Amino acid sequence: MSLPTPLQAFSSVPKDEGPDQAGTTPEGEAMTGAQALIRSLEDLGVRDVFGVPGGAILPTYDAIDDSVRFRFTLVRHEQAAGHAAEGYAVSTGRVGVCLVTSGPGATNMVTPIADAMMDSVPMVVVTGQVGVAAIGTDAFQEADIVGITYPVAKHSYLVTKAQDIPRVMTEAYHIAQSGRPGPVVVDLTKTAQNERMVYSWPQEMILPGYNPVTRAHGHVLTDAARLFAQSHRPVLYLGGGAMRSNARQQVERLIQVTGAPVVTTLPARGIIPDSDRAVLGMPGMHGTVAANGAIQHSDLLVAIGARFDDRVTGSLDDFAPVARVIHIDIDPAEIGKNRQADVPIVGDVSQVLDDLVPAIEEAQRTWGRPDLKPWWNLVESWRQDYPTTWEETPDGSLAPQWVVRTLSNKADPATIWVSGVGQHQMWASQFIDFERTRSWVSSSGLGTMGYGLPAAIGASIGTQDDEAPRPVWLIDGDGSFQMTSEELATAGQMGLPIRIAILNNSVYGMVRQWQTLFYGSHYSQTNLHDGDAREPGRTEIPDFVKLAEAYGCLGLRAFTKEEAQEAIDRANQVNDRPVLIDFRVWKDAMVWPMVPAGASNDTIIYKPGVQPLAGIRPEQEEQEPQERTGADRAAMANDAAGHMKK
Amino acid sequence: MANYPASKPGSERHTLSVLVENRPGVLARVAGLFARRAFNINSLSVSSTERDDISRITVTADVEAVPLEQIIKQLNKLLHVLKIVELSDEEAVERELVLIKVKANEHNRSDVLEIVNLFRVRVVDVHPESLTIEATGAEGKLEALLRLLKPFGIIELVRSGAVAVTRGPKALSEKVLGSRITGR
Repeated sequence: MSLPTPLQAFSSVPKDEGPDQAGTTPEGEAMTGAQALIRSLEDLGVRDVFGVPGGAILPTYDAIDDSVRFRFTLVRHEQAAGHAAEGYAVSTGRVGVCLVTSGPGATNMVTPIADAMMDSVPMVVVTGQVGVAAIGTDAFQEADIVGITYPVAKHSYLVTKAQDIPRVMTEAYHIAQSGRPGPVVVDLTKTAQNERMVYSWPQEMILPGYNPVTRAHGHVLTDAARLFAQSHRPVLYLGGGAMRSNARQQVERLIQVTGAPVVTTLPARGIIPDSDRAVLGMPGMHGTVAANGAIQHSDLLVAIGARFDDRVTGSLDDFAPVARVIHIDIDPAEIGKNRQADVPIVGDVSQVLDDLVPAIEEAQRTWGRPDLKPWWNLVESWRQDYPTTWEETPDGSLAPQWVVRTLSNKADPATIWVSGVGQHQMWASQFIDFERTRSWVSSSGLGTMGYGLPAAIGASIGTQDDEAPRPVWLIDGDGSFQMTSEELATAGQMGLPIRIAILNNSVYGMVRQWQTLFYGSHYSQTNLHDGDAREPGRTEIPDFVKLAEAYGCLGLRAFTKEEAQEAIDRANQVNDRPVLIDFRVWKDAMVWPMVPAGASNDTIIYKPGVQPLAGIRPEQEEQEPQERTGADRAAMANDAAGHMKK
Repeated sequence: MANYPASKPGSERHTLSVLVENRPGVLARVAGLFARRAFNINSLSVSSTERDDISRITVTADVEAVPLEQIIKQLNKLLHVLKIVELSDEEAVERELVLIKVKANEHNRSDVLEIVNLFRVRVVDVHPESLTIEATGAEGKLEALLRLLKPFGIIELVRSGAVAVTRGPKALSEKVLGSRITGR
């Protein structure tokens, strides 16, 4: 009986050109597809690869030997390979590369792929795939990973022929890091791995449908420059795209020329040093009053590699209601997606700013430089009156915010900060002084709990070869940390100098905060019982100190400020293995300020009972009084928070 | 800008011509984008073109202008998509083929045939109890034909989906001329 050939097997177009590919002369070195993959990685200059072996990728692992020119990091779960590659990419600017097997190995990569897509992280994921003849037959460890990842990958390949491997890897690497960076999946059949081929390098890329625009065209630069010259309340809204474009210098120049205040979104923290007076902090749900106030009252909002995420904008209709918008982004689909731009500029942030700054200087010669003094006075008053701060805990436990602040104060300035997802992530963003670029590694868009430890491993490995290896501090929550804690084995075995601060409140803190504020303090399934401070007779599972020790790491615990300071000092001295500190913090500490989800940013609650922006409308521009969607929720949260305090 | 679903009652009809690389999986990627935004497709037709390496997808859908713009931008991000053009009635010729199996016996067959002649469409199968009609045309003509045939009883109906081509001597694929697509 002859079976129909699976559709995916027809990989090449057209069919009639014979086995050799058009345009490539089969000159070069004979080898297997597996060897070609490894050689391609070497020729691409890849220095680190993260992964876990398995059946369908075995030929490729067999091609990795002692002479291979990259370092391989064996993690304990494929998801960790993905997040490690992300941490590596974000902290070094290089492409993160993963090598995992088919089926479950590949599906375990879906979360990191989606995470990298959301945060525009350059990553190439090579997954094993069953042999061509078995595709579509529900073979052992078969999963259609290309199909599964269509919506969450920048691009993907199913490789059925060995001869395609070097070209596909060249393209994948290029696609991952160019334009708006993102994850590229290369699904490598066992057939292609085992087949003989002729290897040649370099390879010509064939990408007719891929032409990212990097330079601004037309009159948009002069239009933008004129808006700058005519606006008296400008705000620069910097997003992760500015970080990906490595645009610190250009942004500093823009600030210098325009004198405008700056807000930095979660992935852009550190693009400009926090010590710079222009930086008002983070905008959005847990942003500062000054950052949100400045945006809400601005007459010119300049989005630079930012995408008007709902966590930044709150209610879109009420976001920066009187501002005109200049939107700079390399991805045309971001422009006009959430907010109409008055001046849309498609291009790479660095290049656009290089061209825009002279245009602004030119416009200032014509129209003069606007006087921003009154604007700065207003913004400064918010900054003075509503600094990011916290209150001491009522039960004598550690304030998590104090722990973060102390970590920041005691850390080496070159430290790379990594976080998981949750309250600790927001506190890290609020209370760490970010002075350098590529010093903040966090899952922003997807909000992937468990991101922290593997990302810290990737960041640590990425800087180990540097002249001065950068210390890595991971700030994590007890909930987030437990989602990937098996990676202590990777870090422990490699002796990586990762310092882990677990802000252990024994609950899923962010969920609990919402339960407190919006769900009548009904704490449904948020108690973890892994750090109920000093309650006698209760067994805490896990015991984080013992867990650290079991993995060959140093485990410390701190209940008091003295213990905490001592533990931090000790951790900062350890350079040959990971250190984990179990900080027992107050369970009911909340992240303030807060804008309830979906509410206008005008409703921002600085602390329970204080809504500094409520009721004051931006000057000029007669506006219809707008309906405040979500205002009720804000009031509700404010009430609930008030009750909490009593 | 709440744009979900992209298609709402009363949304305007749009026709998109999408030139894509002729390779497996392309349609799945394109269709996935439509599905994600609840883009209600009226018709979708995919075929080969004058170039072996390019396929053409013609989509007609009732959709609001803003989500349509976003979907076009998202489609453009797919590496296999080479060119997207929205075709308007003035600039393009749009046709669809339908096969209609209609109830017809010796009493009313001539009535049906009269309509067939009136519309200059063809009968491709005759049976004592039915007629199968092949009709080609723009949407308006086909809708009118179907309305007139409905009272006789439509047994089966199949439509090819609209295809469209711009007026004048230029080909859409000229805009991707010179791009090398073969070789992989």
